[in-house]
Amino acid sequence: MTVAAATGSPVDGLLATASIVLSLLLAVWSLVSAMRNRPPDRWQLIGLGVLELLLLALAVVALVAIAGGDRPGEPGAFFGYLVTLVCLPPLAAVLARMEPTRWGSAIVCAVCLVTPVVVVRLQQTWEVLGG
Amino acid sequence: MVDTATPRRTTNRGPGRLLIAVYILFAIAATSRALLQIVTKFDEAPVAYALSAVAALIYIVAAIGLARAGHAGRRLALVCCSVELVGVVVVGILSLADKALFPDETVWSQFGSGYGYIPLLLPLLGLVWLYRTRPTTP
Repeated sequence: MTVAAATGSPVDGLLATASIVLSLLLAVWSLVSAMRNRPPDRWQLIGLGVLELLLLALAVVALVAIAGGDRPGEPGAFFGYLVTLVCLPPLAAVLARMEPTRWGSAIVCAVCLVTPVVVVRLQQTWEVLGG
Repeated sequence: MVDTATPRRTTNRGPGRLLIAVYILFAIAATSRALLQIVTKFDEAPVAYALSAVAALIYIVAAIGLARAGHAGRRLALVCCSVELVGVVVVGILSLADKALFPDETVWSQFGSGYGYIPLLLPLLGLVWLYRTRPTTP
């Protein structure tokens, strides 16, 4: 099954949608934790791990497409977003482990709100020229 | 007394760690963007790309300053947040007044509108946080 068959964009498909949905769910979950004055729990960390796997898969799909001759509309910005994207969940996980208070959950929440934005920007920077 | 006061007075705990997280985020985003712009097409907009690199460096140093806490760390963070605030305001005004000066977007163009105005908000939050955690004068 090809993830990007519908639009021709490797970063617009099941993987991207799944990572956006998971990220938003994690954001809500960690926001509830932060509001209940709870430190990051096991599920937040597991969620970040799964999110990272999805994003790495997305990055691999994008790189394979590029190796196959496709080109993003704005290569510079595209790679910038791609690098940022795969750094996000590990950053959240490390800082959340360092901060076992409600603010650790707040960090997970903030990063999980940024991630969907970066995924959407990734899609936009791919499609600038291709349309 | 001292024990309970210590966590409140350091910049790298609690809300401070969240602030550091956002700074690291912007450090990664700005650095990767600046590097690629400079490597691939520096001639197109040297001012904008050099500025991106400077902004990236400031985010990195500010994150380090906040994370190290202590006296030197606080001073470092204070300088970075101040430069950042001045930078985002000046570049914001310049990018609106003279489009030719910044033909390509930077982190600070239009007061950071491309990044949800967080670049404008971040140094303010940093300064507030430094003030909130200021050491009590002995």
